[in-house]
Amino acid sequence: MPEATGARAVLRLRNITKRFGPLTANDAITFDLHEGEVIALLGENGAGKTTLMNILFGHYTADEGEIEVFGEPLPPGNPRAALEAGVGMVHQHFTLADNLSVLDNIVLGTVPLWRLRSGRGAARARIDQLSRDFGLSVHPDAKAGALSVGERQRVEILKALYRDARILILDEPTAVLTPQETDDLFATLRKAVALGLSVIFISHKMHEVLAISSRVLVLRHGSLIGEVVTAETDRHQLAHMMVGSEIVAPEVGGAAPGEVLLRLRDVSTLPVGNAVGLRSLSLDLRAGQITGLAGVSGNGQAALADLIAGEAMPETGDLEIAGAGIDTWSPRAALDARIGRIPEDRHRTGTISDFTLSENSVLEAYEKEPFSKRGWFDWAAVDKHTRAIIARYDVRCPGPDARIRLLSGGNMQKLILGRALEADPTIILAVQPVRGLDIGAVTYVQSRLIEARDAGAAVLLISEDLDEILTLADVIHVISEGRLSPAFTRGTKTPAELGVWMAGQGFEEAAGHAA
Amino acid sequence: MEILDILISASFWAAAVRIASPLIFATLGELICERAGVLNLGIEGIMVVGAFAGWMAVYSGADLWVGVGVAMGAGMLFGLLHAILSVPFGLSQHVVGLGITLLATASTYFAYRVALPEVTNPPRIEAFKELAIPLLSDIPVIGQALFTQTPLTYLAFVTAAIVAFVLYRTPLGLALRAVGENPHSVEAQGLSVTGLRMGAVIVGSGLMGVGGAFLTMSAFNSFFFEMVNGRGWICIALVVFGAWKPGKALLGALLFAAFDALQIRLQQTSLGADIPYQIFLMMPYLLSILALVVMSRRAEVPAALMVPFNKGER
Amino acid sequence: MRLEPVADPGWTRTLGLPALALGGTVAIAMALALIAGSNPLAVLGLILKGAVGSKFALLETLNRATPLIFTGLAVAVAFRAKLWNIGAEAQLYMGALLAVVLGTGAVALPSVLLIPVLMAAAITGGALMLLGPAFLKTRLGVDEVVTTLLLNFVMILVVSMLLEGPMKDPMGMGWPKSERLVPDARLPRIVTGLRLHWGFGLALICAVLVWVMQTRTTLGYEIRAVGLNRRAAAFAGIPVTVVVIKTALISGGLAGLAGFSEVAGLKGSLTLDLSPGFGYTGIIVAMLALLNPLGVIVSALFVAGIFVGADSMSRAAGVPTYIADILLASALLLMVLAIMLTRFRVVRG
Repeated sequence: MPEATGARAVLRLRNITKRFGPLTANDAITFDLHEGEVIALLGENGAGKTTLMNILFGHYTADEGEIEVFGEPLPPGNPRAALEAGVGMVHQHFTLADNLSVLDNIVLGTVPLWRLRSGRGAARARIDQLSRDFGLSVHPDAKAGALSVGERQRVEILKALYRDARILILDEPTAVLTPQETDDLFATLRKAVALGLSVIFISHKMHEVLAISSRVLVLRHGSLIGEVVTAETDRHQLAHMMVGSEIVAPEVGGAAPGEVLLRLRDVSTLPVGNAVGLRSLSLDLRAGQITGLAGVSGNGQAALADLIAGEAMPETGDLEIAGAGIDTWSPRAALDARIGRIPEDRHRTGTISDFTLSENSVLEAYEKEPFSKRGWFDWAAVDKHTRAIIARYDVRCPGPDARIRLLSGGNMQKLILGRALEADPTIILAVQPVRGLDIGAVTYVQSRLIEARDAGAAVLLISEDLDEILTLADVIHVISEGRLSPAFTRGTKTPAELGVWMAGQGFEEAAGHAA
Repeated sequence: MEILDILISASFWAAAVRIASPLIFATLGELICERAGVLNLGIEGIMVVGAFAGWMAVYSGADLWVGVGVAMGAGMLFGLLHAILSVPFGLSQHVVGLGITLLATASTYFAYRVALPEVTNPPRIEAFKELAIPLLSDIPVIGQALFTQTPLTYLAFVTAAIVAFVLYRTPLGLALRAVGENPHSVEAQGLSVTGLRMGAVIVGSGLMGVGGAFLTMSAFNSFFFEMVNGRGWICIALVVFGAWKPGKALLGALLFAAFDALQIRLQQTSLGADIPYQIFLMMPYLLSILALVVMSRRAEVPAALMVPFNKGER
Repeated sequence: MRLEPVADPGWTRTLGLPALALGGTVAIAMALALIAGSNPLAVLGLILKGAVGSKFALLETLNRATPLIFTGLAVAVAFRAKLWNIGAEAQLYMGALLAVVLGTGAVALPSVLLIPVLMAAAITGGALMLLGPAFLKTRLGVDEVVTTLLLNFVMILVVSMLLEGPMKDPMGMGWPKSERLVPDARLPRIVTGLRLHWGFGLALICAVLVWVMQTRTTLGYEIRAVGLNRRAAAFAGIPVTVVVIKTALISGGLAGLAGFSEVAGLKGSLTLDLSPGFGYTGIIVAMLALLNPLGVIVSALFVAGIFVGADSMSRAAGVPTYIADILLASALLLMVLAIMLTRFRVVRG
C-alpha cells in the first residue's frame, strides 16, 4: 500500500459540500492527503474538481464540512490562511500580472503591505536557489507578459515554493504543455515529493494520472465515486469510474481527400499583442479531410484562426479559396465563402450571453433572407430556424427565447455547431471545439465534425490537446512560433515525436531540406 | 513678441504652478483609482464637495489645515460610496461615477443653500498665504515660480513624490499595480482585491477632495457654484496623458497649467482684443482632447481598468 | 461576499427591489426636508402638488419632460451600443444653434416646409457634434466619455461667443440672446389654448420610432449586439465601426432635436440658459428607463415631475430646489443597484 501507515495526513477534507443554486458542485467529499505523496483528482469537466480545490484554497467557502491542514483547522474562504498554512495552488488559468516582472509577481503579497521596503534583493537570491533546486529555470527580471506558457507555469510553481508551500495543488497543469514539458513538470514534482512535499494533481487525462500519482480519487457529478491505488488500476477501470459507463470514442473511418478548398501560400501576419504572428506559412486544406493543427498555445494558432475566420488579412502571401485568390477579406467574406467557424471562446466570441438562442442562432446570417428583408427582421423565420437547430443538434434548453448564458457549455457549443453546419459550409474551422465539455458533448461534437468531413467538407481542427488531434486528424501539422511543420499523415508520428516539433525543433532542418 | 515676454516672466510661471496645484492633487487621486482598476468619474463632483467642505469648515472657524482634512474626509466619504457600488457590487463604473458626480454636486449646492440661505455674495475666508522658502525663493524666476507658493502647492508636489514612491517602491504599490492589471494575481497571493480597490478609490477620492479645496482655500478664497468647471474631467485626460505614471502626470498637469496661464495672459494682450475671450477659455478643454488623441496609441492602460472582479469567477 | 447569478428571479425580486429603490429615494427626500428644517410629509406633498396638482402644473411637467424624452432617447440609443455619449448637452445646443441660424429669416419657406428643414438641420447639427468623438473612439480608441464631456464646455463657450458676437439680437437690450425665430418656424400648440407644443408629440413619435428600430430592424439588432459583446459581434461579421458611427448619428440627432424643440416650441430664441442640464439629466432618464425607448417616456415624465415639483415646493417651503438633483442622483444609484440585485444574489464566500 502506498499510503504507508507511518505517513501522517497533512491534509484532511471532511464532508465538503458546496452548492451553486440548484446545482451541487461538491457532495460530502472526504479524503486525506499524506506527506510525500501525489494523489490525483480525476474527473470529467464539470465533475467538481476545480470547485473542490477552490474551496481548499479559500476562493470559495464550503456550505458544509471542515478542512484540516497539518492537524489545524483551516479557516474557510481565505486564500491567505491557506497560503500561510502551507497550501500552494497552481491555477488552471494562470494568475500573473502581465505588467510586472517575474520577481514582482512572486514576491507580491509576501511582504506586509505597510512595509516601506519590498526586499527584492533577498527575494532574488531565494528565487535563484529555488529555480536550481527544482529545475524551474526562469529569468526573474522578465516581464510576465512576455513569457511563454511553459515559463508562466514555472513562475506559478515558484510562487508556491517561495511561500514554503508544503502542499501543492496543480489544476490541469498539463493542458497547455508539450509532452516534453509535461515530463519536465513531472520531474519537478518528483523532486518536490522527495523533499517531503505533498501534491494534489487535478486532471482528466488518464495516462498522466497513471504516470505521476500514487492514489487516484475519482469525482463524478460532484461526488467522490471511489479511490484506487494507482499501481492496482488501469485506464479502463479509471475511465469507467470517471464516466459511469463505457466511453464510446467517435468512429473515425478512412478519409477520402479531394481537391484543395483553401490554400495559404507563404502567408505572414503581424504579431498581435503577446501572441506571435504567422511566418511564411503555407497550408492546404482538402475536401473530405480533417487537418489537425497541434502546438503549444500562443504559437500562432490564434493568428491562423483569425486569418481563416476573416478577422485578419495576410500581411504578405496569398489566400486562395476554391482556387480563387482573395482580395477583400472579412468575417462576412469568410461566411460568404462558406467557411463555417467554431471559435475558441464560445462565451466571449461565439455567442452573446445576453442574447436569446434565437438571436444567437442568426448572428452570422441575420442580414440575409429569410431572417430579414431590407433591414426588417422576420422574427418568425428566426424562431423556426432556431427550433430546427435545437431539434437537429440536441440542444437542451428552455426554448428559443431563453438567454444563452443559462445553457451549459456543451449545449452552447451544440448551438454554435448547428449555426455553422446549417449554413452548409465547405470549409470548417474548429478551434478547441471540445475544450471544457463533458464526455457526452465531446463525442457528439467530434462525431458531427467527422460527419461533415465524410460529407466532403475540409476541416481544420486547431487544438492544444494532442490526444484530440491524434484521434481525429487525417493529417497533422505542428505550429511553433508562427511556422508550420510538414504534413504528417495519421499514424506516422508518435506523441513524443510531435512534441519535439511542438518545442520548436526540426523546423530549420525541414527548411534546409526544402532549400 | 508679447508671448515671449510672458514666457520669461516669473509671475507667469508662478501662476502656472498655482493653476497646476489642484490638478496635481486630483490627477494623482484619479491615477490611484485607475491603477487599481476603477475609473472614478465621480471626480468632478468630489472636487466640488472638497471645495465646499474645506471652505465651510474654515468659514465656521476651523484651522486651515483642519479644513484641508475636512475636505479630504468629505472626498473620502463619497469615495467610499463609489467604492461600495463599483467594487463589491461591480456596477458600471461609468454610471456610478456620473451618479456620484451628480449626487456630490447637488448635495453640495443643497448644503450651501441650507447653511447660508440669505447670502448673495459668497463670504471670503482667510486662506492659505504664500510661504517663501528661505534661500530657494531668491533664485531668479524659479524662486518665484516654485518656492513662493502657498503650503498647499508644496503639498501637491510632495504628494506626487509620495504617490510615486508608494507605487514603485513599496509592497502596497506593487499590489496596487497588480490589482489593476490582473486581480486574480492578487487574490491568488492571499490579498484582498476588494480591500485594495476600495482603499484606492477612497484614498484617491480624498486627494480629489483636497484638489477641490485648493480652489477655495488657496486660489479664490471663496466658494461659488460651478467653480470646478470641468477640472475633474481634465484630470481624467491628464491621467491618460501621463500614461498612468505619477511623474508624467505631474509634468502633464504643469504643461497644461502653463498653457492655461498663457491663455489668461494672452487675453490681456493686443491679441486678446481681436479674438473673443471664449476662444481662450476653450483652450484648456480642446488641449485636453488633443492630449487624449496624442496619447491614444501609446499609453499602457491598466488591463483590468473598468473590469469588475467577482470572487471565484473567471 | 460574492455575487451569484439568479437563474429565475421571480416577481418579488424583479418588482420588489426597484420598488425598494424608489422607497429609498423617498426616504432620502424626507431626510433632506428635515435637514432643511421643514416638515417631510408637507415637502413631499408640495412636490407632488407642484408636479401634477393642477392643469398648469401638469402642462409644465409635460413641457419639461419634452427635451428630456429627446435627450433620454439620445442617451438610451448610445448606451445600448456602449457608446458613452455624455455630450447630449452640447448636441442639444448645436441642434438649437443650427435651427436658429436657419430659422431667423435666412430661409423663407412656408411653415410645413420650414419646420422639417429646421428639424433636419438640428438633427444634422447634433449628429455632427457626436461624430467627432465617435470617430476618435473607433479610429484611435480615445475614450468618448471625456471627449463628449469636454465638448459640452466648449460648445457652451461657442454659443456664448456667437450670442455676444455675430448672432447677437440687436433688440436684446445687451443680453446675450439670438434673434427670435420667424413665426413660421415655431412649433404650434397641440391644443389651442393649452400651453403644450408639438415638440412633445414629436418626442413621443421619436420614442416609438426608436423602439421599432431597436426591436424590428437589423440595425437595432446590430446596435444591441455591439453593445453587449463587441468581440462576438465583430467575429460574426457585424461591421462594428459602422454600427457605432450610425448609433452616434442617431443619438446626436435625437439630442439635436431636443434643442430644436426647445427653441421652436418654447423659447423662440437661443440663450445661454436654453438647457439647465437637459443633456446630463438625459443620462438619468435613460438609466431609470433601463435604456428602453418607451420607458424613457415614463421616466422623463417622472424626472420632469420631480424638477417642476421641487421648484414649486422650494418657493412655498424654502427647501432648496437642489433637492431634486439629489433625489434623481440617489434614484439613479439605487436603481442600478436594485436592477443588479434582481439578477444576482449576494452570497457569502
